[in-house]
Amino acid sequence: MTDTAVEIRNVTKVYSSKRGKRSEEVQAVREMNLSIPRGKFFTLLGPSGCGKTTTLRLIAGFETPTTGEVFIQDKAMSKVSPNQRPVNTVFQNYALFPHMNVARNVAFGLEIKRVPKAERERLVGEALELVKLADMCDRKPSQLSGGQQQRVALARALVNRPAVLLLDEPLGALDLKLRKAMQIELKHIQEQVGITFVYVTHDQEEALTMSDLIAVMKDGLIQQLGDPVTLYKTPTNQFVADFIGESNFIKGKVDLLGEGKARIMIGGEQVEVSSGEGNLMAGQAITLTIRPEKIDLSRQGTGGLSGTVQDRVYIGTDTRYIVALHSSETVIVRVQNGCDSEAGEFAKGERVTVRWRPEDARMLMD
Amino acid sequence: MSKLKLPSLGSIYFLAVCTLLYLPITLLIIFSFNNSTTLVFPLKGFTLQWYGQLFENRELLKAVGNSLMIGVGSSLAATILGTMGAIAIVRFRLPGRSVFLAVAALPLVIPYVILGVSLLILFNEVGIPLSAFAAGLAHVIISIPYAMLIVASRLVGFPDNLEEAAMDLGASYWSALLRVTIPICSPALLAAFLLCFTMSFDEYAIASFLVGTDATLPVYLYSQLRFPTRLPMVVTLAAILMTITMAVMLISEWLRRAGQTSGRKAQK
Repeated sequence: MTDTAVEIRNVTKVYSSKRGKRSEEVQAVREMNLSIPRGKFFTLLGPSGCGKTTTLRLIAGFETPTTGEVFIQDKAMSKVSPNQRPVNTVFQNYALFPHMNVARNVAFGLEIKRVPKAERERLVGEALELVKLADMCDRKPSQLSGGQQQRVALARALVNRPAVLLLDEPLGALDLKLRKAMQIELKHIQEQVGITFVYVTHDQEEALTMSDLIAVMKDGLIQQLGDPVTLYKTPTNQFVADFIGESNFIKGKVDLLGEGKARIMIGGEQVEVSSGEGNLMAGQAITLTIRPEKIDLSRQGTGGLSGTVQDRVYIGTDTRYIVALHSSETVIVRVQNGCDSEAGEFAKGERVTVRWRPEDARMLMD
Repeated sequence: MSKLKLPSLGSIYFLAVCTLLYLPITLLIIFSFNNSTTLVFPLKGFTLQWYGQLFENRELLKAVGNSLMIGVGSSLAATILGTMGAIAIVRFRLPGRSVFLAVAALPLVIPYVILGVSLLILFNEVGIPLSAFAAGLAHVIISIPYAMLIVASRLVGFPDNLEEAAMDLGASYWSALLRVTIPICSPALLAAFLLCFTMSFDEYAIASFLVGTDATLPVYLYSQLRFPTRLPMVVTLAAILMTITMAVMLISEWLRRAGQTSGRKAQK
């Protein structure tokens, strides 16, 4: 066996809908190639309508690819119905069976597989123990809170020991505090059971918190695949840079190319950045992306961009400055409070210099 | 001391409605014990003879039997077929779905007399003899739309990903249907069955065309109205049916409420 749990090869999914005489076609997933490594917490991240849920349903077997093939543990799945696939799903709205109590819900998959009663009870007990609901087994789903229902759904799927567990925005309906707690717990459970998790979310913070590997999706295409640190530090396009965390985008032109560095002209001023691995040419138009927390503000000095403080927002740990540059673009700067004591606070309307370390800015080709 | 309150307009209205609804029924019950063949006041005296006559009347008992048989059989068949239709229109994207729905709901708007005549002609043509079976078949046709709509409303009310969840956990489609969909729909199935049964039980127009010699209760009752001396017996029968119906309704309501309160207790 290879180390690949799920492989998606050249998969395209087209939905066609008829409205009167006009029929519309929507490409939910386009020419996707993706391999999900075994035993990892893998996340499909993207805004709504980007095709992430469709991808999950293709793996589960609720949708069939228009073209291409899905492999699970190296087996082609096109002729395998959902109930025969070695995957289980935790649904967005939990989809617990309302007419069964918690224990019967969790035992459902085992009953179908005709696992003997004693063995079944042991496994159900273990699964409920894992999600800390052992004392709730006689309750009906309607008598549980949202968070508890979520755990039952998780136990019901995990008890079958699937090769891959699919989770479709399972924390979407929970309040913020519970969601944060469940994020850590989910990651913990994943490490404990060692099952491959494929997790769908539109929440970038959630994805960064839990995932070993993230695929950022937009319009049915994977924009970038990488671990959280790579995605945050070296986004390959503007969409990823913008979707994961907060980013500034500044348009400029390559002025001079040096050893591993480039000089960029922005609104008549020059800044230095690392040139990275791309093929740059002098005179090329590029977009610089810099995280707000990587920008330094000072009152004077050279080697930066000059600007004016347009607005200032105090948000507890940080202060956010919105600075208008010469080029009439604005950048957002985050300064940690209480750290930068020598510079102090900047007032609205004050002239400042905006600077960053060359390696903190990334160039994106237009 | 509070002032003596005049009854409000609302309570007068309520009383009037109750009287209008229940006075005739009460009269039926009173006259069923009255020792006279005419239904007029003053009452003549207490008797159980009508009840005695009722239970000795073979023809009538046979009509009750026919009605029960047709009612149970046709509502069972209608509930099953209606459920299948409901699953088809709610859960599947069928081509020609709206046409199917319209055709299935057609018996709702066709007058029963017309349906009865046309079925009479049809059954003659295909060689189905006039019998309780023929009437039952007709009752299946008129009951299906009701059963289908009741079950469909329940199916719309719960998310179809429960079936997906069952299949995701290894159940085949049929197994998911039996273990998840049908149990969740069971109150609707019961409601559909009861409604179809009551419709069949008191349906006269179609049955009168099709039953042949197997008179159902409504058909028998109408035939007896020609004989004045049998009127008290008909009244008595009506009183019995009314009492049974009310008892069933009260019991089912009591069961429903008992279920609700026990559910609420468990939640605490």
